[in-house]
Amino acid sequence: MSAVAAPLPPRRVERWTRVSISFTTALAALLALLAFAPLLFGENTLDNLIQLYFLVILAIMWNALAGYGGLVSVGQQAFIGIGAYAVVFLSVEHSLNPYVAMLLATLIGAGISVPLAAVMLWLRGGAFAIGMWVVAEVFAIFVSLDATLGGGTGTSAVLAFNLRYSPEQRTHYTYWAALGFAGVLLVVLFVLLRSRLGASLQAIRDDEEAARSVGVRVLLGKGVLFVLAGAGCTAAGAVILAWQLSILPLGPDSVFGVNWSAKMIFMVLVGGLGTFEGPIIGAIVLYLLQQYGPQNGVWYFTLLGGIAIGVALFLPRGLWGAVRDRFNLQLLPVGYRVRS
Amino acid sequence: MNWANAVLHGILLGGLYALLATGLSLMFGVMRIINLAHGSLALLGAYMAFLLVEHAHISTYLALLPVLPGALVVGYVLQRTLLERSLRAGELVPLLTTFGLLIVIANLLEYFFSPDVHSLDSGRIGGASWRISSHFTLPWFDALILGVAVVVLGGLQLLLRRTQIGRELRATAADPDTAELLGVDARRVYATATAIAVATAALAGVFYAMRSAFDPFAGPTQLIYAFEAVVIGGLGSLWGTLLGGIVLGVAQTVSAQIDVQYFALGGHLVFLAVLILRTALQAGGLRVLPRGASA
Amino acid sequence: MSLLEVRDLDARHGLLQAVRQVSLDVEAGETLALVGANGAGKTTLLRTIAGAHRPSAGRVVFDGRDVTRLSPHERVRLGIALVPEGRRLFPELTVEENLRVAAAAGRAGRWTVEEVLETFPLLAPLRRKVAKSLSGGEQQATAIARALLTNPRLLLLDEVSLGLAPIAVDGVYAALQPLFESDATIVLVEQDLGRALSVATRVVCMLEGRLVLTGAAAELSREQVTDAYFGLAKA
Repeated sequence: MSAVAAPLPPRRVERWTRVSISFTTALAALLALLAFAPLLFGENTLDNLIQLYFLVILAIMWNALAGYGGLVSVGQQAFIGIGAYAVVFLSVEHSLNPYVAMLLATLIGAGISVPLAAVMLWLRGGAFAIGMWVVAEVFAIFVSLDATLGGGTGTSAVLAFNLRYSPEQRTHYTYWAALGFAGVLLVVLFVLLRSRLGASLQAIRDDEEAARSVGVRVLLGKGVLFVLAGAGCTAAGAVILAWQLSILPLGPDSVFGVNWSAKMIFMVLVGGLGTFEGPIIGAIVLYLLQQYGPQNGVWYFTLLGGIAIGVALFLPRGLWGAVRDRFNLQLLPVGYRVRS
Repeated sequence: MNWANAVLHGILLGGLYALLATGLSLMFGVMRIINLAHGSLALLGAYMAFLLVEHAHISTYLALLPVLPGALVVGYVLQRTLLERSLRAGELVPLLTTFGLLIVIANLLEYFFSPDVHSLDSGRIGGASWRISSHFTLPWFDALILGVAVVVLGGLQLLLRRTQIGRELRATAADPDTAELLGVDARRVYATATAIAVATAALAGVFYAMRSAFDPFAGPTQLIYAFEAVVIGGLGSLWGTLLGGIVLGVAQTVSAQIDVQYFALGGHLVFLAVLILRTALQAGGLRVLPRGASA
Repeated sequence: MSLLEVRDLDARHGLLQAVRQVSLDVEAGETLALVGANGAGKTTLLRTIAGAHRPSAGRVVFDGRDVTRLSPHERVRLGIALVPEGRRLFPELTVEENLRVAAAAGRAGRWTVEEVLETFPLLAPLRRKVAKSLSGGEQQATAIARALLTNPRLLLLDEVSLGLAPIAVDGVYAALQPLFESDATIVLVEQDLGRALSVATRVVCMLEGRLVLTGAAAELSREQVTDAYFGLAKA
């Protein structure tokens, strides 16, 4: 009388597919190859690649927060500014080797992000987003009021670099630093997403209450992402300092400026929020726009804004999201696939 | 140091912030959209008024007559075209599109009006003030702005409480699905909210431009102040927005008394303190916000 | 021509196929009971008819007009009203405000705020009370009254007894009785088989998204319905 279900066919749960194995290997090979770039390419190319790398760092970090943690922050520029100013402070005021200063700066940024997380992570949604923006503004104002850091007119690390390195050396070392930071952060993110924390983050993203009820440590998960993003954006700030050498605390081009958030949002949403590959693609798009787009400021930004609007309306999952949905593709194995 | 006078000026400044913040509060309350272009739309209103004043040679106040209805239309169309689709696409998407809009507006304004600063004439009331005592002076223009803010907020409150469109706005804000099931056209309701929001923004923008010099990139700063006012006052409360504006204004003017460079800093610190305090109280079980409004 | 014709309707709920190839006719004046276990697809079906849910295939035809692409508020204008599962009152609005939203947005007809307050006398003293402060039974009465104020030609009731104490359910059904006896067309989702069979003229049973039984209430035995409910009907 009772219906007994037929036994289910055996299914396999896998993490790696043929495609993702080949792609991940190719990516690792690419990273290794890129390390040799200074031996092959001229300064101009290296300089451009440095820009691409720090854009990639910013994109993957913002995506880590918003895409994986559900935390939209319009204030990550707080850390960019900290990174840049910390390197100046350590290398100019305290005569540290600027590259050592970059590493230290990243630690400082991570250190600041911990108490900041304790305070800010109680906030949700829009309040968190704007709250972080205000935090960035506060940092900017404090720096602009500090005469030893150059005050409102900004400061530069020209001396710290030029006394030690030739311009060519500076470019090469900064290139490796940028590539190194980007590579390390990509690996850390990759490992994180494949770990238990990664699974719990997915759960938090889907339904925070439900996740909490099955024992997921929500605040811990978000906290880890916040500190990672803080450290990552600080590293990017350090690279930006090494790249442009002089910085300002206030104004549209400042290291604490909201324009940086604008770029991060653009890259991640154009590339594909919540995907691993998306932000990298978004960074490449922004980079190409910067290089080959209109050089006139007004039209460059209008184009940027127009593309942002267009993507949001017609490609809401971003470029990568659209490709992924269409072809059911996953290049990097951060999820699970069930095969029967 | 004249603290008392600074407080008075801060209260009046709060009126401008409240007026600016009204539209932001409305859009967030009804649609949960954070309109990053809000400040820029306010500025757009100022530039439109400027255009009329320059070419038609009318007073700024008279220029409001065409600018406000124009802003209503702009808001309605903006919602039906850009924001409606953004809402459908996802929670974070309106952030991107309104951000894109902010960039486009700022840069188009720069192209058409040059990056130079301009100002709007505020008429005879502009420079006038009432010397109440040796300690207090009351600038009439700022008092006018506060008065306008109170009237606008009061009017909006009446609209929400007493009219059918107000009920539909509140119902759709609470539960758009069910509102639709009762015959309410949610998209039309949203567009009405945006229309009102952009019109109040334009009004605030014109007053802002009469009060101080403006340039195409003033949008983001005003946006941040408007946000701070909304959040300090409590999301989802119109009179809260007035209170928030006033608290922000006072924090700013009092800080400026200590050192003129602390003007914005004071406001930011108060904003952060209120935010954290309120969230901590909520976590501790005390209900300080209306249900449904998260800090 | 039936008042409502549903043809080959498919509807998804997330990744789940909630409604599979459902075809159904509702005649004017009848009271159709839609029964089935939790998750059988009843709510999704009602919501799709009301327009709150997009079908992935199939058609909904109301009074000869294909409404499949119409939004819910447009269907209200034509005369379809849904009392949603869980009541879904606007929590911060008063009872009267909840009613007035529907009254002004819906169609004109015999139901006005005053008329509705006469039919549901328990609501009259509650006019100015905020909806979230009402008891379950009071909320259900308000939700039904609210839907009636759109003067529907087809009334869809989704689990009006859900979460209510038996006495409250008695009250709701007592108030609904005149409606059942009138020439109103009603589709009623109800987990309580006894009640469903007692008020309905026709019964349909859903199981895992499909219709598995249909027949006049008077002609079907309780056992037949129960078997279909649990999927035991097949030999």
